[in-house]
Amino acid sequence: MALRLATRRLALAQQAPKVFRRGMATPTASDTLAHTKGEPLSTISEATSASRAPIPPSKTTTIKEPETDPQAKIKTFHIYRWNPDEPTSKPKMQSYTLDLNKTGPMMLDALIRIKNEVDPTLTFRRSCREGICGSCAMNIDGVNTLACLCRIPTETAKESRIYPLPHTYVVKDLVPDLTQFYKQYKSIKPYLQRDTPPPDGRENRQSKADRRKLDGLYECILCACCSTSCPSYWWNSEEYLGPAVLLQSYRWIADSRDEKTAARKDALNNSMSLYRCHTILNCSRTCPKGLNPALAIAEIKKSMAFSS
Amino acid sequence: MARLSGLQRDVLTLYRRCLRACRTKPTETRANFERFTRKEFGKNMALDKKDFGTIEFLLRKGTRQLEIYEQAGVRNIAG
Repeated sequence: MALRLATRRLALAQQAPKVFRRGMATPTASDTLAHTKGEPLSTISEATSASRAPIPPSKTTTIKEPETDPQAKIKTFHIYRWNPDEPTSKPKMQSYTLDLNKTGPMMLDALIRIKNEVDPTLTFRRSCREGICGSCAMNIDGVNTLACLCRIPTETAKESRIYPLPHTYVVKDLVPDLTQFYKQYKSIKPYLQRDTPPPDGRENRQSKADRRKLDGLYECILCACCSTSCPSYWWNSEEYLGPAVLLQSYRWIADSRDEKTAARKDALNNSMSLYRCHTILNCSRTCPKGLNPALAIAEIKKSMAFSS
Repeated sequence: MARLSGLQRDVLTLYRRCLRACRTKPTETRANFERFTRKEFGKNMALDKKDFGTIEFLLRKGTRQLEIYEQAGVRNIAG
């Protein structure tokens, strides 16, 4: 009985007059068909828009001057530019302005934003954007550092100046030529040298204390910030190995598993390779990873002094 | 001929090294290497001889190119 009542109510609702059905948000298909049948489209659109007064074109246009944000923090970046395709042209500084509110916190974010939005010809190396790869080493406001680890100074009055690493040949814009640096790194044989196989025929193991000796050495990512900040390396980059490479050299001298320690020390035992370090300490001061290459060099010098 | 400056001698040394490197190449492609060498040097013939920075850059670039092209794996060259 109850079921039959409900169906009857439903049937009543379906028979409701057309006015009520109009009030609902979903007109049936037959309704719209009834309207369009036989009438051209223009009359319908005219009928629907008749209730609104026409808007003058001066008010409908979307083209207007972009508003200047009163809170904008405009900062100027002066960036070293040089294009090898025009070798006769001199290097120059180019200025870019960015709103810091729309830019990420790091120098690399600013550089990427300039490259994306302002000047796609700007050239620089970058990869990991978190201080692991060492690609984006450059001279920012007079200090060698990684652009991805260097915050943009928030005071907008001061302008930032970005140069490639000092005393390196420039490939283009902010890209330095590190061939010499990598050649020197290769020359110290940065790999484990052993003649005897490990006693149990598996990995070459070392004690925790021996492993701890490598802390502060193995973190070096070879970004070349320290070497290119060293005045001694500037003047003798052909023969002096430089702090980064010497730190790596000490990393292998200090390794308990390496058996060619004497040969490694012997290779450094001349007036140029190692002893051009005059403890200027620019390397430790500039290292973006917070390492201490000067300490490693001092340790090499100490061990050489005691062994001979 | 007047006495050459150090830079001029460097350029000539590089040019001679390039031509010597051509001789190590296979006989049938040697002419291509020689033509390439002459063309690369000819490109900068009009350079101001007092533009030291540019000449030094081009010398470095040329030495790098030579090191790559003189490898035995490079058998032929185009352009």
